[in-house]
Amino acid sequence: MSIDKFVTIKTSCVPLAIENVDTDQIIPARFLKATERKGFGDNLFRDWRYDAANNPIASFPLNNPKYSGKILAGGKNFGSGSSREHAAWAIYDHGFKVVVSSFFADIFKNNALNNGLLPVQVSEKFLQELFIEIEKNPKVEIEVNLEKQIIQITSTGTKETFDINPYKKECMLKGYDDIDYLLNIKDKIEAYEKKVNN
Amino acid sequence: MGKTLFDKVWDAHVVEEIPGGPHVLYIDKHLVHEVTSPVAFLGLDNRGIKTFRPQNTVATPDHNIPTINQDQPIKDKLSRMQVDKLTENTTRHGITLYGLNHPYQGVVHVIGPELGITQPGMTIVCGDSHTATHGAFGSVAFGIGTSEVEMVLATQCIMQPKPKKMLIRVNGKLGNGVTSKDLILYIISKISASGGTGYFIEYAGDAFTSLSMEGRMTVCNMSIECGARGGLIAPDETTFNYLKGKEFAPKGEEWNKKLTYWKTLYSDKDATFDKVLTFDAADIEPQITYGTNPGMGMGITQKVPVQDDITYKKALDYMKVQAGKSILDTPVDYVFVGSCTNGRIEDLRQFTEAVKGKKKAENVTVWIVPGSKQVEKQAIAEGLDKVLQSAGIALRQPGCSACLAMNDDKVPEGKLAVATSNRNFEGRQGPGSRTMLASPLTAAAVAIAGKIVDPRNFI
Repeated sequence: MSIDKFVTIKTSCVPLAIENVDTDQIIPARFLKATERKGFGDNLFRDWRYDAANNPIASFPLNNPKYSGKILAGGKNFGSGSSREHAAWAIYDHGFKVVVSSFFADIFKNNALNNGLLPVQVSEKFLQELFIEIEKNPKVEIEVNLEKQIIQITSTGTKETFDINPYKKECMLKGYDDIDYLLNIKDKIEAYEKKVNN
Repeated sequence: MGKTLFDKVWDAHVVEEIPGGPHVLYIDKHLVHEVTSPVAFLGLDNRGIKTFRPQNTVATPDHNIPTINQDQPIKDKLSRMQVDKLTENTTRHGITLYGLNHPYQGVVHVIGPELGITQPGMTIVCGDSHTATHGAFGSVAFGIGTSEVEMVLATQCIMQPKPKKMLIRVNGKLGNGVTSKDLILYIISKISASGGTGYFIEYAGDAFTSLSMEGRMTVCNMSIECGARGGLIAPDETTFNYLKGKEFAPKGEEWNKKLTYWKTLYSDKDATFDKVLTFDAADIEPQITYGTNPGMGMGITQKVPVQDDITYKKALDYMKVQAGKSILDTPVDYVFVGSCTNGRIEDLRQFTEAVKGKKKAENVTVWIVPGSKQVEKQAIAEGLDKVLQSAGIALRQPGCSACLAMNDDKVPEGKLAVATSNRNFEGRQGPGSRTMLASPLTAAAVAIAGKIVDPRNFI
């Protein structure tokens, strides 16, 4: 088992200029009843994308044909609330590879990294410039280079470095997951148990 | 240099520190429910491995289950399949399951403490963000994702960067009609829904130490609502008295040994925190939220703050409240008392005492949902169900219920609920529903008045 490798991406970006996007909005609780990991992308932002009669809400960015791309940009405190990993699955399943925000909730960030979805935390200034550039030209390309830890708006050349834990970076670049790592140190875990129980 | 309570517990569980990376953290207790576990078990199956330490995991269905007619098969097919899957997975992996109708079944964060599974100094995780509840015992407890559930099942460990430490001190005594729920809602309103992100919080000061264990659980439970992974309170005599004699608490010589260790679990005088905040209990009045995240709360007599940004205005529009205006006297359609935040016996007692001899307002539907089978049994033994019945209110059966509305307990579109649960996100209690969070005492006053009222005028 492993995650998809991530090295670099150059694509347009879907803007969601709202703060505190919680995981109940990303995937409402009533869509968490599956026992397998599939189909969550269909219900991504369900209640913001569709009205009560299941008609698409035209004003929502995911329904707006002028926006496209594999990067989702959200306002500050993205992914707050519930620990449901289904939120990361839904975003990934919908086709996004990167989420950009000026601040991520902790559990969401972990869940994203464990699924090959790269959370890129940028300054508020960069994020606002990104939203403005997308409004000017919705097809503007954004480049994310994980090796160099750089995100760049190609139209303006504005770039920023972003942080990622070196271990997690290695996992993303090579497609490793934590479970493989932990299974390989079983002897250390057993030694710890022995020490504690004595 | 001295260590904080958090450091003492965390450091004792580090199996390995990866240079420049996370810690491999050993987990003492793992709680499992039906929603966030099936894909984790599937992962184990795909790898062809079994649960490493099944005796360290306990499971119960809570999120999906109906809160009436629990003796009958679950009507919703998908919910039933998920609950059945939990039974199948736990049986196959040799994990203890308190299934539907088992006397120990209940909301996972209610049963852990009441059974004495939760103990000071432990690391506790669950695929649920309100795992923070167990921090009330001086344990390091936090919510995890499904990939991490799989890690714990496979290796009893997870990989986590060590969080920063925050101390929140509240001195003084809570006023009449002000409860532990108001205390934590007040803190979240002051530091915002993201003010605790990246931190683990220790709560200190007599406003916390004077609380019962159940009150402390309500406080720690909502740590995640300000973004913190968890919150904890140093164990003391209140903690030890609560635990003594509980089903899975240590007994005899083992108890004495554990007690000696538990008494070392406090922050040393010279320990340092990355951030320290201090509040005064006297400043806190009964709280209520007016927006769409738990940080959007205020004293119940206050006016809704005025702010000029898109996200804020979107929230007020959704809630149909007006900036600069009071929300007192707003008609309410639903009252929900329950959840891992306020579904314990003291919460039910507080609500029942306040409605005793009165009738619920005709315009209000009231759902009282005990947090567990044991809470339900105790409530009936104390005759709370009879008192509620006289007020026109039925006691339902245990589950997460309308807190997240995965079962049939959904607040209809556009309707306003006053809830004792933990989240007021858009549609949290059902698509299009509106939620105001408050204490069980405030919920009782609202149930009687049929509108938003100050509970201090009712007691």
